[in-house]
Amino acid sequence: MVIPTFVGVTLLTFALIRLIPGDPVELMAGERGVDPARHAELLAQMGLDKPLLVQYWNYLTGIFQGDLGTSIVTREPVIREFFTLFPATMELSLCAITIAVLVGLPAGIIAAVRRGKVTDYTVMGLSLTGYSMPIFWWGLLLILLFSVGLGWTPVSGRISAMFWVDEVTGFMLIDAFLSDEAGALTSAIRHLILPSIVLATIPLAVIARMTRSSMLEVLREDYVQVARAKGLAMWLVVCVHALRNALIPVITVIGLQIGVLMAGAILTETIFSWPGIGKWLLDSIYRRDYPSVQGGILLIACIVIVVNLTVDILYGVVNPRIRHNR
Amino acid sequence: MQKLLKRFLPVLLVLSMVGLAQAKTLVYCSEGSPEGFNPSLYTAGTTFDASSRAVFEGLTHFIRGTTQLEPGMAESWEVSPDGKTYTFHLRKGVKFHSAKHFKPTRDMNADDVIYTFERQWKKDHPFYAVSGGNYEYFNGMSMPDLLKSIEKVDDYTVKFVLNRPEAPMLANLGMDFAVIQSAEYADAMMKAGTPEKVDQWPIGTGPFVFEGYKKDAQIRYTAFKDYWKGKAPIDKLVFSITPDASVRYAKLKAGECQVMPYPNPADIAAMKADPNINLMEQEGLNVGYLAYNTKVAPTDNVKVRKALNHAINKQAIIDTVFQGAGKIAKNPIPPTIWSYNEATVDDAYDVELAKKLLAEAGYPDGFEMKIWAMPVQRPYNPNARRMAEVIQADWAKIGVKAEIVSYEWGEYLKRSKDVNRDGAVLLGWTGDNGDPDNFLAVLLGCDGVGGSNRAQWCYKPFEDLIQKAKVVADPAERTKLYEQAQIVFKEQAPWATIAHSVVFKPLSKNVVNFKIDPFGGHVFYGVDLK
Repeated sequence: MVIPTFVGVTLLTFALIRLIPGDPVELMAGERGVDPARHAELLAQMGLDKPLLVQYWNYLTGIFQGDLGTSIVTREPVIREFFTLFPATMELSLCAITIAVLVGLPAGIIAAVRRGKVTDYTVMGLSLTGYSMPIFWWGLLLILLFSVGLGWTPVSGRISAMFWVDEVTGFMLIDAFLSDEAGALTSAIRHLILPSIVLATIPLAVIARMTRSSMLEVLREDYVQVARAKGLAMWLVVCVHALRNALIPVITVIGLQIGVLMAGAILTETIFSWPGIGKWLLDSIYRRDYPSVQGGILLIACIVIVVNLTVDILYGVVNPRIRHNR
Repeated sequence: MQKLLKRFLPVLLVLSMVGLAQAKTLVYCSEGSPEGFNPSLYTAGTTFDASSRAVFEGLTHFIRGTTQLEPGMAESWEVSPDGKTYTFHLRKGVKFHSAKHFKPTRDMNADDVIYTFERQWKKDHPFYAVSGGNYEYFNGMSMPDLLKSIEKVDDYTVKFVLNRPEAPMLANLGMDFAVIQSAEYADAMMKAGTPEKVDQWPIGTGPFVFEGYKKDAQIRYTAFKDYWKGKAPIDKLVFSITPDASVRYAKLKAGECQVMPYPNPADIAAMKADPNINLMEQEGLNVGYLAYNTKVAPTDNVKVRKALNHAINKQAIIDTVFQGAGKIAKNPIPPTIWSYNEATVDDAYDVELAKKLLAEAGYPDGFEMKIWAMPVQRPYNPNARRMAEVIQADWAKIGVKAEIVSYEWGEYLKRSKDVNRDGAVLLGWTGDNGDPDNFLAVLLGCDGVGGSNRAQWCYKPFEDLIQKAKVVADPAERTKLYEQAQIVFKEQAPWATIAHSVVFKPLSKNVVNFKIDPFGGHVFYGVDLK
């Protein structure tokens, strides 16, 4: 499935960005405009004067040579731009998914165990609200409350403008820890709080709801009833006997959330001026920077494919029966 | 453990910030990322703020906060009587910045001037194709057609020979694309096998030394100690890239930055009321207009155009679209530009007169036409759709049924150039160099038909005036010609001139001596912190 998915992604990204109306040369020139001769010259420079099939072929052959092209705006290789910004998105996504799992799993379990009670309705109500909340509005609300109103967290960015941390890994928490600048790590942690919460909101809601329904199903199983009948404490039944089986669909959902995180990152990164690939992709779409959009989406798709493969492997770790069936 | 404590201890953070604050760091919440750091390769104001306006300087220079020219890298100049030869005498003792990878061995001289212009001009120049080789401003200002030769007379004298007289030449040389770059640096990078480095790590002579760029996050500069005008009052300048206007405002309120550009119009009232914010305002060097297609009926008829102009209630547009942050435009150039003609009379809002003119033109029952509304917010038009709706309602009163159309921005720009375009186009312009030629010739000259002249208007009496003004050296005579051109423009009404927007700049109260740049840029030399 990997190869057809890969070819599909290349074809889709190539076609979709070209289907959006707009000419990169006109956008670049703005109100000033360019004369037709210069327009043609610039299109030729960008390789956009060739037939679409030739352009697609060049794009494909480039990929197999490890060349995703050069941004038509910055003139930087797309692959370099992507991997300069990717650690920022990765760091934010990891924090967000950690929050989503650490809060979503227990919330879902509690809701399942206390089914039909106030706790259940509260958790499900909150998760529905979280799932339905527009990210942009939610982010601004948190900024106004915690950053402007209470002054507890910084408004945006990855670290205070007062610090200049040398890039070693691209992960600000690690780089700040390694740097000699006193207070840099604290600043990096404080900057991560709000964007992580905002990005975690939707996955958290999904994980909580999925955990609840999955747990409810497992709790109805005979072996769980037997465990309860044997007099085991509820928490022991849930955590030791039920959770493992209930986790299978939850892990699938967590895996799928990587795609959701990437989509959410576009908005979250814009609100919090987070210099990641989400905002970069959005800017590239606005500027009709074809190579950046194609290359960026392709690389994200590859990451999602790798994550899904990892999830498949994890099934076996969680439930040995799946491993044996292979 | 001690190291860990050191990192986590918030007290130390406070102390370190106090230490940095003592170093006078100004944080500017910029609206976007620069495309690169060589201003001759790009056209965006965001790029110019980060490069030409901080790191570089041109031969001529605009006095901060004005459109008036002063000597820059050229200490003085002479223009030949025929207006075709400009001889520049360069300033001596001007130092280039240093970086880890490059230490200059000499001061700025004629070789740097030649390198700067030949790189953009001559296709066989070794640096022409480096970083893509798109010199859109150089080309857009017709420099390849204009320049005949650039000669080094001696180390500190350069002669520009032109193919034709060009009165706005000095203003053109003050523009961002024409800032002087180091030939020695270019040679060194070429030898090192990294020629593109000159466009990624700028080495200039300006007031701030580039320290580094973290993509989409931060740009950092330090004040240049050897700057020929004297070190900047602030020690460090940080661009904290913050694309969202609401977030920029939140950062300003939280004290995370001291200057922000492009506030949301909806936030202006709150900013005015905020005791911690100093909201500066100035008329922008721009004009927002509605360009009729003068080549296509019925707007090829002057009376029809005049009738449509009289039917537009501009004050309503200022109130509803600009929310007061604009002024009615009567001329095609803003009042801040020299030669603005105060004597012209605007087409007043008069529905009865509009109906009369329409009847005289042979359209007593009106007609149907299109209004093109831009899909984007621009400095000269905060909400084109809303503006189009107001005009649509106004025209309905004289029987003209207008249909509002819009396209994606790139498409809009492309399609609106079409000589056979159907309808009137909302668009505008922000000046590049403060010269009237930059508005009148670019937007209304015959050369711009099918291009930047969206009215497709080529009117000989007007064209003769602006072409003459282009070659006359005497400013007084040029002023008269441009004033006359504005009268002709009002008579012929190729556009409905709508508004000049007011530019707002919110600053923290501790920022002193900031001046709004009429060109829309952000210049931090001379700015201080209390």
